[in-house]
Amino acid sequence: MIHPARVFREVIKHLFRKPATCAYPFEKAKIMPDFRGRIDFDSSKCIGCQMCVRACPSKAIEIPLSKVQPPAPAQIEGQPPVPAKKKFDCIMKLDHCVYCAQCVEVCPKKALIMTQDFELAHVDRKELRRHYT
Amino acid sequence: MSKITIPLGPQHPALKEPENFMLVLEGEQITGATVNLGYNHRGMEKAAEERTYMQDLYLIERVCGICSHSHTTCYITNVEELAKAETPKRALAIRTLFGELERVHSHLLWLGVAGYEMGFETLFMYTWRDREQVLDCLEMLSGNRVHYSINTLGGVRRDITAEQKAGVLKRIKYLEERTKYYISLATEETTLLARTQNVGKLPYDVAIERGAVGPTARASGIARDVRKDDPYLIYGELDFKLITHNTCDVFGRLVVRALELMESYKMIEQILNNLPEGPIAVKVPWRIPAGEAVNHYEAPRGEDIHYLKANNTDKPERLKVRAPTLANLQSVAYMMEGGWLADVPLVIAAIDPCMSCTDRAVVWNPKKGKKEIYGWEELRKMGIEHYKRRGVDFTKL
Amino acid sequence: MTLDSTLTQLAYLLIFPGFLFLALYGMYLQWLDRKLCAIMQNRVGPPWFQALADFIKLLAKEVIVPDAAESRLFRLLPFFAMAAVMTALVSIPVGRSALFGFQGDMVVVIYLLTIPTVTFFLAGWSSTSPYSTVGAMRVLTQLFAYEVPMMLSLIGPAILAGSWKITGISIFFAANPILIPTQLLGFATALVALQGKLERIPFDIPHAKNEIVGGQFTEYSGRLLAFFYLAIDMELVVGAALLSAVFLGGSLGLTRWAAIPVFLAKTLAITFLLALLKVLMARIRIEQMINFCWKYLAPLAMAQVLLDVFLKYRLG
Repeated sequence: MIHPARVFREVIKHLFRKPATCAYPFEKAKIMPDFRGRIDFDSSKCIGCQMCVRACPSKAIEIPLSKVQPPAPAQIEGQPPVPAKKKFDCIMKLDHCVYCAQCVEVCPKKALIMTQDFELAHVDRKELRRHYT
Repeated sequence: MSKITIPLGPQHPALKEPENFMLVLEGEQITGATVNLGYNHRGMEKAAEERTYMQDLYLIERVCGICSHSHTTCYITNVEELAKAETPKRALAIRTLFGELERVHSHLLWLGVAGYEMGFETLFMYTWRDREQVLDCLEMLSGNRVHYSINTLGGVRRDITAEQKAGVLKRIKYLEERTKYYISLATEETTLLARTQNVGKLPYDVAIERGAVGPTARASGIARDVRKDDPYLIYGELDFKLITHNTCDVFGRLVVRALELMESYKMIEQILNNLPEGPIAVKVPWRIPAGEAVNHYEAPRGEDIHYLKANNTDKPERLKVRAPTLANLQSVAYMMEGGWLADVPLVIAAIDPCMSCTDRAVVWNPKKGKKEIYGWEELRKMGIEHYKRRGVDFTKL
Repeated sequence: MTLDSTLTQLAYLLIFPGFLFLALYGMYLQWLDRKLCAIMQNRVGPPWFQALADFIKLLAKEVIVPDAAESRLFRLLPFFAMAAVMTALVSIPVGRSALFGFQGDMVVVIYLLTIPTVTFFLAGWSSTSPYSTVGAMRVLTQLFAYEVPMMLSLIGPAILAGSWKITGISIFFAANPILIPTQLLGFATALVALQGKLERIPFDIPHAKNEIVGGQFTEYSGRLLAFFYLAIDMELVVGAALLSAVFLGGSLGLTRWAAIPVFLAKTLAITFLLALLKVLMARIRIEQMINFCWKYLAPLAMAQVLLDVFLKYRLG
């Protein structure tokens, strides 16, 4: 059956409806709770095993030793000296990252944390090289 | 009337990806068309050889933005076949669910693009608004709208909770209603019928001769669907119809896709209501034993074929992707000839092209008469030198 | 002529209802059209200053003239289009009566409204790029399709009113409002033909962006493009004003300032109808457009003319 202007009723209905789109930068976009966003880093948990560096499909992560290392804990009398726990930094290149969160999965100590940040665009490329300490 | 040649692409509003069609026009009618490929070659097959199987998963996902799940599932089936891994039933069901959700989102996207190409912007806006529902489902289940990354070696990465299941079912119910409306719209609206009927004819025998796949083939009356012919994942246990149409034109392709949407909704409900219990993944070793595997998969656009050769290391020796658009492009030139210029965007869009999936490079030196094999670094160097000769220096960037 | 009357005349031409009013109201209608389409398509749509912002931004952009184009013609065409549309407004009543009406001014207005279309054709043709050439051919082909139904449907009311003066026709209908409903068919055909004249969906074939990029305007940029777009906006105002004067009885006999709200209401209503046409349909092919215009639109317009002749005969 041929019916000219078949959408007419739908179109008129929409005259009295709220738009489905939103003025994005002024209105916050809604994000699902488990969205894979920027990866955050918790230096106190990292053991520097480099698993994430090897797993990363886009070579976005570097785990260098921190420049400032914490001092070794004070030696307790009668016990052998405890070596200082090494501290690691994380350099996350957000322009390389594909947000697959594979690093979060392989991390044995849960030092990498998935966040829901998604507004990461920047005009300066240097800003995309995040250095977490 | 004198003939003029019009280039459609590589940059053109009708094409979302760079590809070139040279059209010879006589007035408004097309007397000849050639398809030129290769503007979007990204060297992914080569890159895959330099990465581990796990890293390749995320690379292969990016072969195509819309059928990202199709490519990874096809690839991962090969890997699991070679590793002789027993993928749990629940993981297979979840993969099937994602395959169908992806089909829904791809077909709704196509419906919008078709509306846009024929200048029916209202249809475009409405379908894309409703497509947000299925994208929300995918984001809720996997954590991203387009690159779901749900597959992992030996299973899937995320399980489905009861809450998520209810959320998906609710959205699917809404989409089912809307799709019924779009079907009635597509089969009744006068201008839409005028633009789609008898446009881009691809008769049954030509479709077979040119190797058309997917909805393009099914709209020409070819009952071919990998899901039925060679059931993979859990498609063997699902109840669905194979949709064909016999008008052989753009209208047929529209109807096939719309009815496939209804079948997909049915399948999604079946999968969610009978989700098998159990683990969602098994461990797969990093090294894959030497061997070869080929698998096919019914992507939203048609049959997708992956070939994988392993050599007992943690990196594949060779990976070959045959994307459905490559199979369908042969038919496009046939469909355009004798048609109107105004129909060209619609005819191209009707195969639901995905050019970046398709572009491949073959290095063949006719003087030496043999194929040359380049490494990743060599190809990169060649590329930089090529652009240097043209006056662009990429090393400074 | 005294200095005072010259100044008033100049104000009429440049401010109201001339250039300034026409340009601003045209931009307003363009925005309204876009906003209405957006709402009907369930979108937010552009903010109120969008049309003006687009215009200013285009003015600031570089003008590129293709080497192969005839430079002088290429640069002059947008102004020709604008001048023709502004001249047409002189004879169309905005408010009570036209600035300069005379017997037969309707024919002149119809011809003046054809000039922009011809400049579009020349613009496409003189750009010499393949897309523009195809666009130009489409402009001309389309002109032959909608021009006849447009003219036929405007002739009807003229016959009934017994006047070839637009102001005369609108005064006649204002005096006999009972006759307005009889012109419904002619109004509908004129509306569809106006949609074709303004090259909007479903008749935006000459510059169908998915087929031939920008059509006749492909090579235009910056200031020149801005003035072409302004000319199209003005054409929308003039077209709507013409239809409201000829078919809807103009200002309904109201005088002076009271007439202006009536004029605005009617043009806004016509813009709404045009926007509605735009969202309801898909773009059709050029050959389908010609078929449609000659097979359906022209006979319908002709039927209206016959009805008007009959009415005129019965009314004496």
